[in-house]
Amino acid sequence: MSRGQAMVQWTRTRLFSSWPSALATLAIVILAAKLLPALIDWAFLRAHWSAGDGAACRGADAGACWALVTAKYRFILFGTFPVDQHWRPAMVIATLLALYGVSGFHLLPAKKLCSLWLAALIAIGVLMWGGVLGLSYVENQRWGGLTLTLLLSTFGIALAFPLSILLALGRRSEMPIIRWSAIGYIELVRGVPLISVLFMASVLLPLFLPQGVSIDKLLRAQLAMILFAAAYLAEVVRGGLQAIPPQQEEAALALGLSYWQRVRYVTLPQALRVAIPPLVNTFIGFFKDTSLVVIIGLFDFLTTIKVSLTEPAWSGFGIEAYLFAALGYFAFCYPMSRYSQALERRSAHGAGLGALREN
Amino acid sequence: MLRQRAAIYQTLLLAGVGAAGWYFIGNAVDNLTARRIASGFGFLGREAGFEIGETTLISFSAADSYFKALAVGLFNTFRVALLAVVAATAIGVAVGLARLSPNWLLAKLASAYVEVLRNVPLVVQLFFWYAVIGESLPAPAQALNPLPGFFLSNRGLALPTIVSLLPFQIETPMLSGFDFTGGVMLSPEFAALLLGLALYTAAFIGEIVRAGILAVDRGQYEAAQSQGLSQSQLMRLIILPQALRVVVPPVTSQYLNCTKNSSLAVAIGYPDLVSIANTTINQTGQAIEGIAVIMLVYLTISLAISALMNTYNRRIALRGARA
Repeated sequence: MSRGQAMVQWTRTRLFSSWPSALATLAIVILAAKLLPALIDWAFLRAHWSAGDGAACRGADAGACWALVTAKYRFILFGTFPVDQHWRPAMVIATLLALYGVSGFHLLPAKKLCSLWLAALIAIGVLMWGGVLGLSYVENQRWGGLTLTLLLSTFGIALAFPLSILLALGRRSEMPIIRWSAIGYIELVRGVPLISVLFMASVLLPLFLPQGVSIDKLLRAQLAMILFAAAYLAEVVRGGLQAIPPQQEEAALALGLSYWQRVRYVTLPQALRVAIPPLVNTFIGFFKDTSLVVIIGLFDFLTTIKVSLTEPAWSGFGIEAYLFAALGYFAFCYPMSRYSQALERRSAHGAGLGALREN
Repeated sequence: MLRQRAAIYQTLLLAGVGAAGWYFIGNAVDNLTARRIASGFGFLGREAGFEIGETTLISFSAADSYFKALAVGLFNTFRVALLAVVAATAIGVAVGLARLSPNWLLAKLASAYVEVLRNVPLVVQLFFWYAVIGESLPAPAQALNPLPGFFLSNRGLALPTIVSLLPFQIETPMLSGFDFTGGVMLSPEFAALLLGLALYTAAFIGEIVRAGILAVDRGQYEAAQSQGLSQSQLMRLIILPQALRVVVPPVTSQYLNCTKNSSLAVAIGYPDLVSIANTTINQTGQAIEGIAVIMLVYLTISLAISALMNTYNRRIALRGARA
């Protein structure tokens, strides 16, 4: 069959195989022909990419006002971090991206990877806070933008992970009090919306601390997100533990290994391997969830964009601003979701409904 | 020996939780006394003193109690969540089927829909729809009039209402001054929340439907085809009933997520339960009670839905099949 014949064949079977299919094809083509030119015209041809104050965007036939993004990009990336120190959060973003890459492509053995993460997280803390090594101190009220979103999600997952393993083990424990405490915690947290947990951290936690002691808002929100993520991760880890044949545990028991030895050397490594795709999916969900801090007023990626809109020069360009925000989140979440889909395809276990993403 | 150790661990856990609880409650009591806030739910009977922009069925004025305000909020939560769940199911099933369509364009379009909607946070989508309604729709005077009696403007969607059934009477919205009177007005906040929730949840439901259909054994298709069933009979009688069994549990958890996600209403100012509880907390300082109300309500909904789901699951599960 020649190339041309193959194409005709493909068009026949994939676009015009039946009357309904042909109608659907036609409808989609007509709709696209009507909408796409107008969209391209608005988003690119008549768009303004740079304008000092947004005045040009308000012209009679002005298209999209991307100038809002180009004018505020530093604020959106770094929040109110001192301008002459912007290289610090920029390095933090680069470090985090490198970490994701190194972890995702298995460039290092697990043990080295763990040490690398630990070292990197400490380095990030030094870069952000400063106060040592000749770096000026920057209080964390001034952290913001994309940097803050990445920090909240990365530290959130990194610290929630150990907690989630304990919770998952607790839920499978034979000791009734421990089991019921773990179940109670997991179900309580999973039963309520994240906002209520964030409210708890922002208004309730100060009430529960002694007078005069205060933890600042960012750390409180981070704590809430860790406690929240741990409950969801715990269920994923438990799913992994359940997928391991009981003979593994029995064999380890027969070898005379203690409980923690069995967990550390036999069950947990296998469980985590099975659980990687759903873990990535939980991370995607958690990454998206960090955007809820907009409600308690932390300056993350979304909040900086929202706040930019309140300036008189840029008010009324919400559609452009939130399209950009959507693009920003998509740029992180989509590759991760492709990654987890690829892992699922590779592993024999991950198929079917068990690997479906929750919100 | 092992039993002793178990007893020690559990006692330690209980003691730890107890000590932490004692410490936190003690601090809370001190703080509340210092701020002169009386704990307890007595504030629920007090006059709320704020208006709620959106009430249906229950009328509400600033002179009503906090209790009534929270009831209105709960009702608003149910209203938006219920409609969103219904719409999301319809869209989700369509998207799931479209992804499996032999038509390449349709399948690609559906998969693009799922990928975009799932990979953008819901809050961003809500802000976006809210901005679309507020910035691109015309003022009431130039309202779009897609159907007779329906007016779409940046004040929301004005719909006709049935005033009485016998004799059948409809009240259509009329433009008077700068806004519409008569009929029902769906606010931009409600419309944005409903749209955002429905489209977002539909993306997840679409994936579940697709996976459910794919989970049906190939032999079932072949057997049905050899019986001479048509394509639509095959779907309706053989595939969908079997897919349903796999699809129901994860879809229920999506319904639950949708209800929990409706709490994002607070971000765009739709007066749902969380939003009104938040206002109540800000006005009265009764943070513990306010958050307790939110959590209690959502936990009740969660438990009720999962109980319903378990009953349903038992009914449709295969006899003798593994759970």
